[in-house]
Amino acid sequence: MVVDQLSPAEVDRVFQALADATRRDILTRTLRGEQSVSALAAEYAMSFAAVQKHVAVLERAALVTKERRGREQLVRGHLPTVRRAAEVLAAYERIWRGRAARIAGLLNETGEAP
Amino acid sequence: MTVISTTTDTDALTLTLVAEFAAPVEQVWQVWADPRLLEAWYCPPEFPATFTTYEFEVGGTAEYHATGPDGTRYPAWWTITAIEAPHRLEYTDGFADADGHRLDDPAPTRNTVTLETIGTGTRMTLLCRFDSLPHLKQIEAMGQEEGLSQAAAQIDGLLARASAGSGH
Repeated sequence: MVVDQLSPAEVDRVFQALADATRRDILTRTLRGEQSVSALAAEYAMSFAAVQKHVAVLERAALVTKERRGREQLVRGHLPTVRRAAEVLAAYERIWRGRAARIAGLLNETGEAP
Repeated sequence: MTVISTTTDTDALTLTLVAEFAAPVEQVWQVWADPRLLEAWYCPPEFPATFTTYEFEVGGTAEYHATGPDGTRYPAWWTITAIEAPHRLEYTDGFADADGHRLDDPAPTRNTVTLETIGTGTRMTLLCRFDSLPHLKQIEAMGQEEGLSQAAAQIDGLLARASAGSGH
């Protein structure tokens, strides 16, 4: 089970990282392709340092990886972590679909008296 | 007939499920309000639920456990945060340790259940919010089980309808 590879503390970091619109946007861009921090900074009405901070939060949550190449810091989205977050949501979805199906079954049993 | 749609929002970390039941709102409310009915559906048949405490009131506590096929108990709890019978229920659902002490970390989920009348039936909307996630191992294991038990429940439902004759 892939999801087991994330400890609760790691999952907390993922979810906190995803709780911010700018970070979600950075993640989307870096999942499409590698981006330098300076290229990312040009996209937002905020300081280079602020963007760098957002990238650091994403990096701690293992949602992106950062690599220094010459004077550039290159950021790349880390798909396995994103997948695991989606898998956890999917697990909850299965749980609630199961519950709804069982409620329907129960209502059928109890509701048959005329 | 049950129509279900689900929406997961990986950004907002919410799950929304909409289900429609061919029963009046009061009857659907009862599957939440009556702990004996609740036990019949809250956990998969392979992990049956036992509610040992059920205070169905605002601020009330529920204590329950699921029992796995190997006899392992998975203790859990609710705190009920809002009740507007028979239309709305809000509760927090979390795990506990073997002694029944609530685990704050990982954080519980916050759930809102809304029931509304549609024609002769009921639409139930469930909104599940995650601040973070409860025990991944347990959740994932139960999620896997759901795949099987959901199919079983659907077959049961079909059989129940078939044996009830031509229905409506």
